Amino acid sequence: MDNKCQCGGDQKDERMEKILKPYKQDKSNLIQILNDVQEAYGYIPRDAQLAISEYLGVPMAEIYGVITFYSRFSLKPKGKYNVAVCLGTACYVKGSEKILDKLKEKLGIDVGQTTKDGKFSIEATRCIGACGLAPVFTVNGEVYGKATPELLEKVIDEYMNK
Amino acid sequence: MKTLEEIRKIREEKRKELDLRVNLKANTVEKHILVCRGTGCTSSHSPQIIEKFREIIKEKNIQNVKVIQTGCFGLCSKGPIVIIRPEDVFYSMVKPEDCEEIINTHILGGNLVERLLCKDIDKSEVKRLDELNFYKKQKRIALKNCGIIDPENIDEYIAFDGYKALEKVLFEMTAEEVINQISESGLRGRGGAGFPTGKKWEFTRIAKGTQKYVVCNADEGDPGAFMDRSILEGDPHSVIEAMMIAGYSIGADKGYIYVRAEYPIAVQRLKVAINQAREYGILGENIFNTGFNFDVDVRLGAGAFVCGEETALLESIEGKTGRPRLKPPFPANYGLWGKPTLINNVETYANVTRIILNGAKWYSSIGTEKSKGTKVFALGGNVVNVGLVEVPMGTTLREIVFDIGGGIPGGKEFKAAQTGGPSGGCIPKEHLDIPIDYESLSEIGSMMGSGGLIIMDDTKCMVNLAKFYLGFIVDESCGKCTPCRIGTKRMLEILEKITEGKADMEDLEKLERLAGTVKTSSVCGLGQTAPNPVLSTLRYFRDEYLEHIKNKNCPTGECKALSHMQINPEKCKKCGLCARNCPVGAIIGSREEGYKIDVDKCIKCGLCKSKCNFKAI
Repeated sequence: MDNKCQCGGDQKDERMEKILKPYKQDKSNLIQILNDVQEAYGYIPRDAQLAISEYLGVPMAEIYGVITFYSRFSLKPKGKYNVAVCLGTACYVKGSEKILDKLKEKLGIDVGQTTKDGKFSIEATRCIGACGLAPVFTVNGEVYGKATPELLEKVIDEYMNK
Repeated sequence: MKTLEEIRKIREEKRKELDLRVNLKANTVEKHILVCRGTGCTSSHSPQIIEKFREIIKEKNIQNVKVIQTGCFGLCSKGPIVIIRPEDVFYSMVKPEDCEEIINTHILGGNLVERLLCKDIDKSEVKRLDELNFYKKQKRIALKNCGIIDPENIDEYIAFDGYKALEKVLFEMTAEEVINQISESGLRGRGGAGFPTGKKWEFTRIAKGTQKYVVCNADEGDPGAFMDRSILEGDPHSVIEAMMIAGYSIGADKGYIYVRAEYPIAVQRLKVAINQAREYGILGENIFNTGFNFDVDVRLGAGAFVCGEETALLESIEGKTGRPRLKPPFPANYGLWGKPTLINNVETYANVTRIILNGAKWYSSIGTEKSKGTKVFALGGNVVNVGLVEVPMGTTLREIVFDIGGGIPGGKEFKAAQTGGPSGGCIPKEHLDIPIDYESLSEIGSMMGSGGLIIMDDTKCMVNLAKFYLGFIVDESCGKCTPCRIGTKRMLEILEKITEGKADMEDLEKLERLAGTVKTSSVCGLGQTAPNPVLSTLRYFRDEYLEHIKNKNCPTGECKALSHMQINPEKCKKCGLCARNCPVGAIIGSREEGYKIDVDKCIKCGLCKSKCNFKAI
């Protein structure tokens, strides 16, 4: 976040307005709006929370509670390339843990962390539904199926050089 | 807006046009190339295949050939799948670069592209879908339209008796008659618990209140299960139609489908389907001029397993954290925003239109005495044919694993199957012949669950598996009640001790006692079933636990802390590759004398094992 003073809130984020507009000012839309914000920003910035709080009339504390309850929402930005290893049962049985171990070793970070250069982050996801291709991992949603630690290494190397 | 007459006309005309989809002998010059656009095949580039086909067809100006996207055919491990109808030729693992050959050889040349034909488990080549052993024992009711229609085209749904059950209900049946049919059919909740669906509908119908709701639970959280997703992706209208029938029966005019945001394709298809139904006037006000109003909205979940629990799901629809409510009152009386609410699972709804059209008697003739109809399973793990299967209740586990699933790959042995995911239990070899129905499964300490069916071979450690599931539960516990929040965490810690070789017999006793407490005193189904994987693995694989505790040994070698690297002198060729690669110099010896691993120095990294060309480690 930049260091500008934001009291008064007159610097309205256009992106946020666009996200909020289609929704009625109804509390029950909170999770739907957060999903849109997560999608658009890759995380849920504090300013967005403020805007939602004002729009729906829901206290910030409650919004924070909802964000931290659901695993899809994150308060921190993810890396440029978010690598998600599926730890659903089908993938687990086929050895996805080894792939996750390799990824952690390769990037030197743990699940939920981002590399210092902001290039990679690691996520451990539950079933993404591509069980026929197990084990799988994804890079920014692109699915790599029937994965091995070797394939992972190759793919990460490719992204490193991008 | 379409009138009822116009919809009937679409049904009649479109059905003729689509006859080639289901009739091998259809009298037509047309050919339809069906390409699976389920999540599995989409991940392996089926959209590019569709694009490529269309490009070639346009370029070569080929007439009478259409390329259609469909829902899941079921055999996901052979994807991407392409099927050409009416001849029903089945091509597996197709790549975009194969499209040209399929068009030239098959469509234009009238010959088969032999190299893309699927090999069955007995190694015979299969030309047609129904020749596969995978399909022979299946019966498709809930998945009837999956893989046949384009899920984004309402006309194709209408062609195969779509919205006909709704018509029948609105014009020929009273609410009581509909509920009687559902009750008599014997349909039970497919979300896992198996509560009689008719009863649920009746409870909500008689509940007092002018505003009522119909909710569809599509928060398929069981990792490794994808039945509901496949139904929504392949046949979204069948769920919408069933929700409308439910709305008519209980007196509701509004429905919500709560679906995981992690299922983008299902969400998008649902939205398309709802919009199309609104455009046709099938959803909305005064439907078919009967005075019946109904509309459906999609609500996205955000990745919380507990939201599969019905009251937590309602909280989440209301925009709150998904923590379960105390029951009673049940949702039938106090549901969404405190109003009477009917909640059923996707697969339960997917059976409704069939029951209305074919009758309760037809449905109850399928299955076993207490479990009627069929069940869809997501078959995964160590099995040859990974995919989606629908079998009549009462089919044995052996039939599913070996006849349909094709057995265990890599010459390994079947060890256990897990049904019901983190809430279910394992089924060992000695129960392979158990008929799959609600009662039989709970008798042996497992449960039907929503349909996840994970097969494990003999290289899997059952203690480690129990630990995996409990880790999942600890992550997903909502924190509302103490037994689940703290009890499962303590259980996980004991399991960690066992897999690290630090546990004694007292820990095992503690684990069992704690499991009993969590099971009996948790607020909701998540906590009450959380100890099941531990209890069932203890019941059938107790000696494996004892081996970990008493001998500090993991028989499968999966628990790293307990595995000992050893060189088998009979297999060792004394090449020294392992010694050269060992990062800590724990392998000592020479090319003359052979090699040994110094257990004290070894860090169990497994590098030597992966380097050895003779499987001697």
